[in-house]
Amino acid sequence: MEHAVEATLTVNGTEVRRRIEPRQHLVDFLRDELGLTGSHIGCEHGVCGACTVRVNGAIVRGCLMLAVQADGCRVETIEGLSDSGELAQLQKAFHERNALQCGFCTPAMLLAARDLQLGNPRASREQIREHLSGNYCRCTGYQAIVDAIEEVLHGKG
Amino acid sequence: MKAASFAYAKPRALAEALDLAARPGAKILAGGQSLIPSLNMRLSSPELLVDINGLEELKGIHLDKDTVRIGALTTHAELARSDVVKKHLPLLAAAVPHIAHPAIRNRGTLGGSLALADPAAEYPACTLALDATIVVTGKKGSRKIKAGDFFKGLFETALKPGELLTAVEFKARKKDERSAFLELARRQGDYATIGLAAFATNGTKRLAYFGAGDRPILAQYAAKAKDLDSAKAALAKDLQPPADLYHSSATKLHLARVLLERAWNTL
Amino acid sequence: MGRAELPLHAPGTQLDKGYIGQSVPRPNAQRLLQGRGAFTDDLRFPRLAHVAFFRSPHAHARIRKLDFSKAVKAPGVIGVFDGRAVAEYCTPWVAVLAHLKGIKSPPQHAIAIERACWQGEACAAVVAESRSQAEDAVALIEADWEELPAVIDMDESLAGKTVIHPELGDNICFKREHDTGGVDEAFAKADLVVEETYGFGRHTGVCLEGRAILADYNAGEHSLTVYHATQAPHMMQDIFSRHLGIPEASVRVITKDVGGSYGIKVHVYPDEMATAALSVMLRRPVKFVADRLESFLSDIHAREHKAKVRLACTKAGEILAFELDDLTPIGPYSVYPRTSGIEGNQVVNLTGGPYKHQKYRAKMHVVFTNKNVTCQYRAVGHPIAVALTEAIVDLAAHKLGMDPAEFRRKNLIPDDAYPYTFPSGIKFERLSHHQTLDKLLALMDYKKLREEQAALRKKKVYRGIGLAAMIEVTNPSPAFYGVGGARISAQDGATLRLEPTGMLTVMCSVTEQGQGTEAIFAQIAASAVGVSMDKVRVITGDTGVTPYGGGTWASRGAGIGGEAVLLAGRALRSNMLDVAAAILKVDKAELDLRDNAVVHKLTQEEKMPLAELGRVGYFRPDTLPPDFQAELTVTRHYTPRQYGFTFTNGVQASLVEVDPDTGLVKLLKHWCVEDCGTVINPMLVDEQIRGGVVQGIGAALYEECLYDASGQLLNGNMADYLVPMALEMPDIVCAHIETPTRQSQLGAKGVGEAGTAGAPGAVMNAVNDALSPLNARVTSMPFTPERILRALGRVA
Repeated sequence: MEHAVEATLTVNGTEVRRRIEPRQHLVDFLRDELGLTGSHIGCEHGVCGACTVRVNGAIVRGCLMLAVQADGCRVETIEGLSDSGELAQLQKAFHERNALQCGFCTPAMLLAARDLQLGNPRASREQIREHLSGNYCRCTGYQAIVDAIEEVLHGKG
Repeated sequence: MKAASFAYAKPRALAEALDLAARPGAKILAGGQSLIPSLNMRLSSPELLVDINGLEELKGIHLDKDTVRIGALTTHAELARSDVVKKHLPLLAAAVPHIAHPAIRNRGTLGGSLALADPAAEYPACTLALDATIVVTGKKGSRKIKAGDFFKGLFETALKPGELLTAVEFKARKKDERSAFLELARRQGDYATIGLAAFATNGTKRLAYFGAGDRPILAQYAAKAKDLDSAKAALAKDLQPPADLYHSSATKLHLARVLLERAWNTL
Repeated sequence: MGRAELPLHAPGTQLDKGYIGQSVPRPNAQRLLQGRGAFTDDLRFPRLAHVAFFRSPHAHARIRKLDFSKAVKAPGVIGVFDGRAVAEYCTPWVAVLAHLKGIKSPPQHAIAIERACWQGEACAAVVAESRSQAEDAVALIEADWEELPAVIDMDESLAGKTVIHPELGDNICFKREHDTGGVDEAFAKADLVVEETYGFGRHTGVCLEGRAILADYNAGEHSLTVYHATQAPHMMQDIFSRHLGIPEASVRVITKDVGGSYGIKVHVYPDEMATAALSVMLRRPVKFVADRLESFLSDIHAREHKAKVRLACTKAGEILAFELDDLTPIGPYSVYPRTSGIEGNQVVNLTGGPYKHQKYRAKMHVVFTNKNVTCQYRAVGHPIAVALTEAIVDLAAHKLGMDPAEFRRKNLIPDDAYPYTFPSGIKFERLSHHQTLDKLLALMDYKKLREEQAALRKKKVYRGIGLAAMIEVTNPSPAFYGVGGARISAQDGATLRLEPTGMLTVMCSVTEQGQGTEAIFAQIAASAVGVSMDKVRVITGDTGVTPYGGGTWASRGAGIGGEAVLLAGRALRSNMLDVAAAILKVDKAELDLRDNAVVHKLTQEEKMPLAELGRVGYFRPDTLPPDFQAELTVTRHYTPRQYGFTFTNGVQASLVEVDPDTGLVKLLKHWCVEDCGTVINPMLVDEQIRGGVVQGIGAALYEECLYDASGQLLNGNMADYLVPMALEMPDIVCAHIETPTRQSQLGAKGVGEAGTAGAPGAVMNAVNDALSPLNARVTSMPFTPERILRALGRVA
């Protein structure tokens, strides 16, 4: 491994120490090194949002962060947030309203939705759409996703 | 789209960062939201990435008498949350929601955006409209550059090799200031088709357009015009916007006029 | 059609439908919600190697020399291969079909040998230990090119001054003419003739998951297992077998979770064939995932058309005739095996679709260019045929001063006119144009919207209402491909197995890409057999496990696969009752299956849980009569036989507001009333429609693959190629009319493509309706601010 740098990060609550090639971005590291394949790669230039993970509590594009930059950070992925139950309410609403089809954008959508729920729990429908505006979905046309989030934020509509 | 190989260093102090930045083939990594895509696409292949995110002295937003000083590593998200910015720099606060999307705003920085100098980006035009001062530091010390002298061309700034953009200084808010931020884009968060960061105080207007040239442009003729119609006509002297993938030059000029009209009454 | 032993759903009856018609959440969505799906790129294999491709930077160039000397020495490299090396393991193909008369295309190799014919065509392959290392080595390949003139413009291609494949004589891949006769007379006697030329921008699927294939050749038994994000695993099994020289049953194609396909992943891609060939050559698993940049360059493009349309009608608004002249540029090869002639062929078949005129003449050319290849993409020719039909209809209505809804009412085929043969030769079993239009106008409160529009116009706010009536091809018989010699199956099969604990396993040859195939099969199977849905597991996408079938395309999953599941379910139910009767020593006619148990048919008293039936059937057959054998696994197949295509109908409406200063279009709302026959799961159907509508909106307002004059793709990345994102999209109201098909017991027609078929036309009409007080009209998609401002004369 050329230019490898040692990094220690906490991933879904577990400390991980590895020698990492600087060029490897965070989502490739999570997928290939740690087998956490729930975060997906859609474009590798930060536009589609499929790689969204949480670092130190903030959502980021996993393809726009080098894995070595996560040294000392707390990283949370869809797997960890599912197992902890943090996304349970959103996942249930998504399921009941079919706010997913192929599922490829879904982990990232859930993370973006959770980010909105934490930051602006009274978001309007328009604000929900705006918060999701960086997450590409080709299957659903977005409406069911917006409906599911609106239900979680404001109760059944 | 995997990046080519490079070495990585994360300096703990500014002096160390400046040493590393002076090395041949070195590139500065701040937010990485523009740099890393270009690495992934192999559009650039530096030999060394100098990660400056550990430099505490580049962080923070401070109001000191009548100057607001914002550290270069301030993220867009931090800027959006800042009460100081909301109160003193409403133009900047108005720009932030247009910058990409939440996940990008959590990492992208003010300094990174200014140093990149994308002509379709929001901040460069804001600093021009607000006549901000950009603080640049090299091994020999710091120097201050007015925004109007900082943006030199397409992705080209007054930064010399080995220099870092360390802070941006704005004048604190005074009475009788009005600002308007308008951006046209096909979709929320896209780079602007065209945008206007406008600031008026003491009867003078500063109209900074972005997406209208190879750098943010102050429309000086339009700013001096007495009424809207002559301002719109004068805009042709200020702007010769290059066509982009979807809009002809004529369309861009037309849209510039539309924005001017929409901002006029606010100013 | 077999006689049903137990009744199933028929509209207006009181019979027990089971789960049919219920909006049940998808069982297989749970794992996707937790990031615990298994997409092809998620799979890990021992000795897995990765391939990256060296792609042509030129639109048309002879490959004079390829120098691999630096590349082979790069770290992690296993091998570097040119077209000749791969050709020793993979034979070329020619994408023609016998029923597309005169279609021609030259042979295409997995990796180009003599010359590259589009920017992005794979010209060499690097196999390495990691994708990064493979890309590093690709960057070290040196090539010596001789640039050749590139044919980019469709008119220039048709004129043929430069012929891309000299051995073919010209650049025409396929052409078709159709004439009912009497067209000139109809135009001569018409009170009004309207004519317009429409442009449709080339665009592409942009599936979020890139194309993905992992080929695993086992040298010990000359067998190949391919994990492939494909819609048609059996088709690919046949193709890998024939082109790689591996016996058919020794090829197994497995589709794991697929991250969206919409037709993009139903075609044969040379780089994917190369990947499989490399696995055979290197005797180890090899994976290829198309990254986003290479997706834009090499995933099929679609829908670039220039179509001149004429409509003749009386002053009372009765359409007399349509005339069409359509030109569409594809890439340098027709795509295998479905050919690139189908989209244009569909446009000819479908133009004028909903209307009752009798005279029609069409002329269509499909021409080669040195841009990326094109082929079938969701809704295929429908978006074009519907848009040009509905736009010219609106134009005629406008010129006559008639309301567009009324004009349509005058001309839509009456709901009692069926069966009906349309002037292009297609046959309709039964459609419901008038019912759907009535329902739509009521749903959207058309009258109120027109009043609002008029009031707002006085305030210089320009809203537009656009309608698009449509017909859609679904549930195709072999008429689509099989008759032309393609080894593409139009039939599908389902195996249902009762497990010893009373659970049900369903294995079906139709595949899942997120539309809900597995969910509706569970619903149908559970209803047909008499178990609860939580007892059903569905397996799709494995040629080693499921019956042989066609997979997913042309909106056939519910109608064809679903029917196979239903037939198998009914047959299994009968067999289970045979076993129950033998166990209970009663007459089979006294028994029924319900809620996971054998019950008395009349009293509904539970006689035996299914787990007991399973226990005895599998573990204690010694307790049953000596001449009795329990058959608790049943397979049935289904092919639609009566109609070549089962047509559906629908009508959409778009409400927009156009800003005449900026040229930006705001989508306020969208409606779709669709008749797809029996609706198995309303929630899934509506979600399919919505997703399809948004894809169609993409075509109308945002998406276009931009090429320069030398054949370079200018906007092949996610920042510059614009796809619809959440904030700009409207809410979409869906409703249904249900006219079941009589060709099956289920009565389900298809619906997956309906949204995409009608949305571009509805949006075009809405934009033009908004612009009409300003005497402006747009006819070229996508309707960018540039095009709208120019139409308005705001920009010279």
